[in-house]
Amino acid sequence: MHLAYPAVLAALLFCTGLYGVLARRNAILVLMSVELMLNAVNLNLVAFDVWLRDTLHAGQALTLFVIAVAAAEIGIGLAIVLMVHRARGTADVDRLRDSVESDAADEAAVKSAEDAAAESARAEAAARAKKAEATA
Amino acid sequence: MTPLAAGPGFLSPTGVEIAFVLVGLVTLGAAVITVTTRQLVHAALWLVVALGGLAIEYLLLTAEFIAWVQVLIYVGSVVVLLLFGLMLTKAPIGRSPDADSENRWVALAVAVTAAVALVWVVVDAFRTTWIELDGPAQGSTEVSGQFLFRHWVLPFEALSVLLLAALIGAIVLSRKSGKEQR
Amino acid sequence: MTTTTLAVLVPLLPFLGAVAGLLLGRTAPGFVRPLAVLPPLAAAVLAALVAVRQSNGHDGPRAPIDAATQLTPTGSVPIDLALHIDGFAALVAILVGVVATCVQIYSTSYLRDDPRYPSYAALVSLFTSAMLLVVYSGDLMVLLVGWEIMGICSYFLVGHYWETPEARAASLKAFLVTKLGDVPFLLGLFALAVDTGTFRITGVLDAVANDGLDHPTLIALLLIAGVAGKSAQFPLHTWLPDAMAGPTPVSALIHAATMVAAGVYFVARLLPVFAASAAALGVLAVLGAITMVGSALAALAQDDIKRVLAYSTIGQLGYMTGALAVGDRGAAVFHLISHGAFKALLFLGAGVIIHAAGTNSLAAMSRMGGLAKRVPDAYWTMTIALLALAAIPPFAGFFSKEAVLVAAEHTAFGESDIAPGAAGWVVLVAGLLTALLTAAYATRLWLLAFRGRGPEAADHGRQPLAMNTVLWVLAVPSLAFGLTVGVIAPWLDAGSLAPTVTTSVLGTGVALVGGLVTYGAWSHTTALAARTPMGAVAAHPDAEPALSEAEAIASHTPVYGDIASAPDPADPGRLLLGRLHGHAAAGFHLDAVYRVLFQRPVQAAAGLVRFLDREVVDTYVRGAGTGTRWLGIAVRGAQTGNVQTYLGALLAGTVVLAIAAVLVAAGA
Repeated sequence: MHLAYPAVLAALLFCTGLYGVLARRNAILVLMSVELMLNAVNLNLVAFDVWLRDTLHAGQALTLFVIAVAAAEIGIGLAIVLMVHRARGTADVDRLRDSVESDAADEAAVKSAEDAAAESARAEAAARAKKAEATA
Repeated sequence: MTPLAAGPGFLSPTGVEIAFVLVGLVTLGAAVITVTTRQLVHAALWLVVALGGLAIEYLLLTAEFIAWVQVLIYVGSVVVLLLFGLMLTKAPIGRSPDADSENRWVALAVAVTAAVALVWVVVDAFRTTWIELDGPAQGSTEVSGQFLFRHWVLPFEALSVLLLAALIGAIVLSRKSGKEQR
Repeated sequence: MTTTTLAVLVPLLPFLGAVAGLLLGRTAPGFVRPLAVLPPLAAAVLAALVAVRQSNGHDGPRAPIDAATQLTPTGSVPIDLALHIDGFAALVAILVGVVATCVQIYSTSYLRDDPRYPSYAALVSLFTSAMLLVVYSGDLMVLLVGWEIMGICSYFLVGHYWETPEARAASLKAFLVTKLGDVPFLLGLFALAVDTGTFRITGVLDAVANDGLDHPTLIALLLIAGVAGKSAQFPLHTWLPDAMAGPTPVSALIHAATMVAAGVYFVARLLPVFAASAAALGVLAVLGAITMVGSALAALAQDDIKRVLAYSTIGQLGYMTGALAVGDRGAAVFHLISHGAFKALLFLGAGVIIHAAGTNSLAAMSRMGGLAKRVPDAYWTMTIALLALAAIPPFAGFFSKEAVLVAAEHTAFGESDIAPGAAGWVVLVAGLLTALLTAAYATRLWLLAFRGRGPEAADHGRQPLAMNTVLWVLAVPSLAFGLTVGVIAPWLDAGSLAPTVTTSVLGTGVALVGGLVTYGAWSHTTALAARTPMGAVAAHPDAEPALSEAEAIASHTPVYGDIASAPDPADPGRLLLGRLHGHAAAGFHLDAVYRVLFQRPVQAAAGLVRFLDREVVDTYVRGAGTGTRWLGIAVRGAQTGNVQTYLGALLAGTVVLAIAAVLVAAGA
């Protein structure tokens, strides 16, 4: 069998998974896409292992490990998604934008800095008045 | 290994190759539907088709143990987990119009570019490479057991620790805190 | 102890007293008064001891003491810690010590409840120390140190009542105006050192004697600028009347006996330098004459008792300048000493009167009956001091003023050839005119303050013993200092300081005329006083004297509409001066001239700088901030918070890089 068949299939599956990771909104669908990418890699590993006839069968061993790690990953990933859903009421990736830089946040920061400056100036004036009082 | 400079051509495929291509097309189609369908539960079911197709591909590549593992773990457990996840997050059943984010055109461009580049490189590199599938079995359960427990014992054991950690982590993450329970 | 050691201790003791007072002022209030009084007292005693040791029986002083030590090499022109004690230094040091002691004793009562008394007393001690340093120093740079310390101390002391805007403005004005003179003064000192190669006074005088001076006129004029600033000579005298916003003891110390005397004393020390240039002496004579006459006219129009005395100080300093202009430093320093005594007495007495009357306004006092009975000690001693000021024989002022007039007459008639004859005439004529005016304003002050008619002055009890004692102590030299004229002449390098018949008759005559004319005018106008009631008294007449004075100063402008004059038709000065009164009260509008010449341009320049700073420089600063901000807003657009966007960009970049790598590897 030509090696090109499994290799091309793996490449196309990988890119399909890639599209899914970037385009899907639901976090669980993103996880599914990740599974697709992992499986594309697995196919590659098996194909090359068979082609090379490796005595250690590193490719197949690694495939098994990847499957195990993927199982662990999906477990943890689903737990995280569940927690996020419980806390935010949504599992949509593009609604979780806490790290966004907005004008409002910037203005709030500027305002709080100004407030702090005005506060310190007020405190200074008060201290000066108190001092003057003490001197007088 | 048969490093034939001019191996068997693509125009005269063997039976295995035909089977591989057909199953591959089904797999790829299922995968594409998985990442494009608007019905979330259907996506998970189409994923089952794609993963099952891959298991058949493994069989065609003579890696039968991995094929069974694939069916057992992926189709048997991972997809079930994903379905549970969909249900627990109250995913809508039926068509949801906003399954894809507005990022999809960028995603499509990136994916197509990457696909073109990868296919081009792979085809260019492995145009003439031939896999000899005959001969002693390379992926039977016996062979797999031998190489796994002869050469890969230590990573295998380490992996068991990883699985344990993931198990505990998942439990800790998904259990409700004590206050909420009361 | 050697005389040199004693002399070193004289300026050192008040300095140590000041440091101790500043350090202990808050922690140990019990020590403040001893620390304030004892060091100046010890300095006065030591200064007297130095003078006695220097004395050589009836022949005057021994040879001057010159001691010097060099702390560190200071380049081409060495600066030494040097003493130069001749007759002038010995006598002036006694004056400074005695007046400073009197002022410190007086202040213990005058500012008895003042919370800032410790720092006040320490500054007075520091001031005394600086003046003694100026007096004893044999090195011009060391002298300059004392000179500038006095400047800054006067700034702090004049601004003692800094709660009032008058005091704040006056302290700044005193500082800036004297500094305006000090800049050319410093340049003059450098020019002098460059010409003579030394800062030592003896060295300078030696060089001058050997014609070693290349630019005598330039140097003399530069130095005169500093002297005019410090000694309040025209046109830099305007700070002195305003400086009356300080406490009265400060006025007595700084603005009568010590700081303003520093300029005159400096010229007396370096007179040969000035005498080397006839032009400089001419300038000095004209300045002295303008100062004398102008200040006497202004004094006649002032309403604030302390401002009268301030203008009188300026006038008497004009006499000293005149004496120096005709080359007789003996007469100048003689007048300096006698004036120091009676002017300190006048100021301290004025402090007592202000406290007793509860106002500093002569117009208000002239509507109070029996003020003289309330403060008998101040009444008698002030009378003595005013007679001395008006130069009535045999009081101290008569002899010293006669000495000045005699010196001017000698120069005018060519009997002395140090100064040009014209200078002598200018000083003589101005001096006689000023004698008339001085007697007039002294009489006016006495009549308005002590011969007021109206309701009885409020009784605040007897004035504190410390204040009255000091008045009598100072009354002694005011009365009798002139009689020492024979003894003192050799100390001041003068052949004779005794009055001559011509000038005595002339001087006393015009003084009597001035006094009588004023009396006549007063008896004419005083009837008006009853018809136009006016005046205000301090809100807390029974508080410490300093507080009622501060209140009086603060209320003068709101009540009378002006800090200097009052719209009082019963004022004899108004009748005598006629149309000149308004101009004289305003100090002949010199402040307005300064406002146009300096204040407005400086303010305009400041406005320009502010505009440049706000509108030009700040634009760049703001632009830097705004530009960065806009850049930040542009970059912020990429930070959507959407992980998929980030990942998409990352993977797109990866693909591009990978393709590039493949293309390069393939050699395409």
